[in-house]
Amino acid sequence: MMRSLCKSLLSSLMLIMSLAALPVLAGEAEFNQYEEKLTKAKFTEKSQIISDWMAADSGEALSLMQMMLDSQLYYHKKEKQLYRVEKAEKGAEAFKLRDGSSVVIANKRHFKRVSINNTLRSEFGALLSTAALLAESPVERRSAALDLIGTATPEVVGQLRELIKSESNISVQEAFNIVLAVADLNSDEASLVEAAISTLANTLEPSALAALTEFVERTSDEQLLAAANKAIQTHHDQASFYSGVETVYFGLSLGSVLVLAGIGLAITFGVMGVINMAHGELIMIGAYTTYVVQLLMPNSIEYSLFVAIPAAFVVSGLVGIAIERGVIRFLYGRPLETLLATFGISLVLQQAVRSIFSPLNRSVETPSWMAGSIEINPLLSLTESRLYIIFFCLFVFVALSLVMKRTRLGLQVRAVSQNRAMARAMGVRSEWVDAMTFGLGSGVAGVAGVALSQLTNVGPNLGQAYIIDSFMVVVFGGVGNLWGTLVAGLSLGLANKVMEPWAGAVLAKILVLVFIILFIQKRPRGLFPQRGRAAEG
Amino acid sequence: MFLLQILKNDKGGRWLIGLLIALIVAVPVLNSLPADSALHVPTYTISLLGKYLTLALLAVAVDLVWGYLGILTLGHAAFFALGGYAMGMYLMRQIGDRGVYGNPDLPDFMVFLNWQELPWFWSGFDQFWFAALMVLIVPGLLAYVFGALAFRSRVSGVYLSIITQALTYALMLAFYRNEMGFGGNNGLTDFKDIIGFSLSDDTTKIGLFIASAVALIVGYLISRALTESRAGRACVAVRDAESRARFMGYRVENIKLWVFTISAMIAGVAGALYVPQVGIINPNEFSPLNSIEVVVWVAVGGRASLYGAVIGALLINYAKSYFTVELPDVWLFALGGLFVLVTLFLPKGVVGLIRKKETV
Repeated sequence: MMRSLCKSLLSSLMLIMSLAALPVLAGEAEFNQYEEKLTKAKFTEKSQIISDWMAADSGEALSLMQMMLDSQLYYHKKEKQLYRVEKAEKGAEAFKLRDGSSVVIANKRHFKRVSINNTLRSEFGALLSTAALLAESPVERRSAALDLIGTATPEVVGQLRELIKSESNISVQEAFNIVLAVADLNSDEASLVEAAISTLANTLEPSALAALTEFVERTSDEQLLAAANKAIQTHHDQASFYSGVETVYFGLSLGSVLVLAGIGLAITFGVMGVINMAHGELIMIGAYTTYVVQLLMPNSIEYSLFVAIPAAFVVSGLVGIAIERGVIRFLYGRPLETLLATFGISLVLQQAVRSIFSPLNRSVETPSWMAGSIEINPLLSLTESRLYIIFFCLFVFVALSLVMKRTRLGLQVRAVSQNRAMARAMGVRSEWVDAMTFGLGSGVAGVAGVALSQLTNVGPNLGQAYIIDSFMVVVFGGVGNLWGTLVAGLSLGLANKVMEPWAGAVLAKILVLVFIILFIQKRPRGLFPQRGRAAEG
Repeated sequence: MFLLQILKNDKGGRWLIGLLIALIVAVPVLNSLPADSALHVPTYTISLLGKYLTLALLAVAVDLVWGYLGILTLGHAAFFALGGYAMGMYLMRQIGDRGVYGNPDLPDFMVFLNWQELPWFWSGFDQFWFAALMVLIVPGLLAYVFGALAFRSRVSGVYLSIITQALTYALMLAFYRNEMGFGGNNGLTDFKDIIGFSLSDDTTKIGLFIASAVALIVGYLISRALTESRAGRACVAVRDAESRARFMGYRVENIKLWVFTISAMIAGVAGALYVPQVGIINPNEFSPLNSIEVVVWVAVGGRASLYGAVIGALLINYAKSYFTVELPDVWLFALGGLFVLVTLFLPKGVVGLIRKKETV
């Protein structure tokens, strides 16, 4: 009996999934009979009609229930026939359930909704969710089970006890167990309640906590009360633990943004000793490149980032090389003048963007594969975009480290930065190396811009918002040290997010700034100071 | 006599102070001419000129530390804004019950935020002498503490520039917070009176202009006296060869610290005179861009000449007023281009050009 019910429920579920498709008519005579009854029935009779219909053809009955819950089931007043109507208004379509044909509603007064009351609503809801317990995908089975918490009738509970035996998926089993445990809390047997409490203590479902809290309020048994309170405490501990994990995650993703923004600067400022105040604008150019790339390929936003990353690297890199060749090379050895000149460049770039793209923010779309989140457990879900940012940051870091350590360019860059005259004597074209290094740092800033375009508004002031942060990261980490930049960026991001809950976002930022100002007093050369010959310059 | 002593070697300074005194005399006279006269100076222009003079005073303060001490400060606008806030708080208290909410004890924004009583740091600001003292003390104290930390641990060069920038940035963020009790992002505004004179009166405006001119003269003389003194020569020594000065027995930190603090106080006075003339002070004054702009005024005018800073401030601010009205899109291009051109081709600024001509 159970088996056959299960099977019929299963088939019905497919139909619910495809509600747009009309139910296949099992027996026309039956359909006519119930259809007629349903149009006339009072609220009290409807329940009986539906359960009869369930027995005859559960698939049809379930889809009807769903329609009733969605207020889409109507009947024609004269024909006494059922229709599915999405919008009861003139000109909208109505689908006749009997044969699937559609008519255009000429007068909405011809149709009347098959109404239901709250009792029926919850009854149908429960029936539908029990049906969903047999869905094919475990995720749906699990969520259907969790919907039943606290509302499961004794029949449903009995059904669950049967189903759990044949359930193979662990997470679905757990969900079933929670539902059963919540139901068991009402039991008279103390041992059963105790077992239920311990089941509920070991899960992370918020609804389990709600059930426990409610249980604590009504129970009088001392022993059970203590057990339940302990279980609630476990829940609170878990919650604070996972919110801690989440904070760390947010902190790491903010830190990654800081590292991305700062790492280009670590090259130009750290390795070359050039104060590039236009660094923020190079990031901004990267973000705008993303915007332009998306304009050029509006039909394949999904892939646009893969085009935008190299494009931004090239565009920002070229702008960087132009800045180096045009201005900075005349100012080597005069860091303060470089600072002023590059600041001038940053103003020009900002205004240029304002003139070309308007002063308003531009919207950059996020590809759908970056949206969404990964649910680790009910208390912790990680947004995917942040996860990608963290990975992207690590990727850029590793790539840049490899370039600096393993390539010929990297070797030359290090040689020039340590001892220009000697490097030149050994045949390194120092001017070319300068231009390339600056281009590399600027290109990486552009790549950071692509990442930022996914997180914040793309506007002419984007760069200004990040320039101070980037300098802080580089100075805090120790100039000329990529590793220091990574550690500094991540730890500043973490510190910011850890302080945020009790200090607020702005105050947290202020505190971080003050901390860095004080830190520089103690360790003027940052976390990881450069040692050896390079430090003497 | 003493004055002449100070200005003995300072031809530019003599010109500047002569010009300022001439302005102090001429402007009220020209203002009192009938409105249709060709030489009439409208009150609006006087206020604008007064504003420029306060900015010039700020530029002198920056030149003192950048030109003579070699510290490129990117946070001097913070001291300017703090002085401005101290004056703004006094002006706020003078409004009394004439605010929108008519509350005699609390400024409007506090009533709006539902505050019940005046925070402790606002007490005393209903007295002018107290506010005037704070205009000097608050920026001076901040500069002293900040400088004591930074100079003692020998933070210098670019690092110092970056942390001064961080300082003003942090202050900007802090003042944007409503909880700080300084009016949040609206700042302080809607002023009515200053020491009993209505701010909307023409005579008050002229008075403020004269006060700005006098402050510029005094600030200039103090700075010049400092640079002409033994301490001033020590400053230049620190700027040009810090280690050597240290090994010769000079207390480099102390020299830096005192000059930095005095400069911050001058900047505070400039801010305090700026606020009543523009009628508002808000956290935007702390923005790092402002500080950098001041540095550019000095660079354009010519570093380490003091009067060059005044010339630069007046020139660029006039250009700014002109461009932002007539050609708003061009202004940032012009300013940015100016940064680049001056650093590349005019390392000594306008003053450098003049001096070159003279020597030829």
